[in-house]
Amino acid sequence: MNCTDLLSQLGDYLDDQLSEDLRREVRSHTAECEHCRVVLNTTHQTIEVYKGKELYEVSPELRERLHDAIMAKCCKKK
Amino acid sequence: MPAIQSPGTEEIHPDVELVARAKEGDAAAFEQLVRQYERQIFRVAQHITQNREDAEDITQDAFLKAYEKLDQFQGNSKFSTWLVRIAVNESLMRLRKRKTSKTVSMDEDVQTEEGSIPRDFAEWRPNPEQLYNQSELGDILRRTIQGLPPGFRTVFTLRDIENLSTEETAEALGLSVPAVKSRLLRARLQLRERLSRYFAQKKEGKTA
Repeated sequence: MNCTDLLSQLGDYLDDQLSEDLRREVRSHTAECEHCRVVLNTTHQTIEVYKGKELYEVSPELRERLHDAIMAKCCKKK
Repeated sequence: MPAIQSPGTEEIHPDVELVARAKEGDAAAFEQLVRQYERQIFRVAQHITQNREDAEDITQDAFLKAYEKLDQFQGNSKFSTWLVRIAVNESLMRLRKRKTSKTVSMDEDVQTEEGSIPRDFAEWRPNPEQLYNQSELGDILRRTIQGLPPGFRTVFTLRDIENLSTEETAEALGLSVPAVKSRLLRARLQLRERLSRYFAQKKEGKTA
């Protein structure tokens, strides 16, 4: 596996969708190639740092306002 | 209308019953669905449009559309995926209106060179969670994702922030699974590149 091959498998590797054979090839390439190792590690960290983060908080006030507005619009339609 | 389910094979999603009741005019069932998904729909709309007022309008419009079209919902996908799809379409339409001269679609801005080679090969140590407090980190993450083209931002939001599966993301965006995978990888690599600049700076600042 070379660097281009690794890049094409990177998404599936990060999503745990690769066969065991391909995973092994990825690991043996990154053991020798520092650039790919760094790309793989920091891309993994990128996903982890964003995972499930509520970057836009919905305050209780906003939620109530939204909820009431939605229900008012929908009920009016009935 | 009787739901056809082969007995005992698959677990039925609790939304299926709520949707069936809502279709028959049960307002409480519909309200329960609103309660379950209003925050997620708002977050998705805000990520795509980057505008709070737009996100509020879109959330209301998306639920209204869902309510009006409930009869057309066939149950081939999850109700939540169907709802996200409506919200994504409304959000992209809003972006299109905002930049009157330019069209915005899932195809825009993503026609960059295939498989662009990553640059910036510095490791992140210590990890960002240890370098910044929660509110600083939140600012950085918001600013960074804001800089992505809308097509990439949307794919990344659904798949990696809101945790939809690749298949659900494809359904919500009207894209094929391979198209989602390819855009997602490029979105992830672009974000990585942008975040690397931040985290490398901080590290240099500390050791200097």
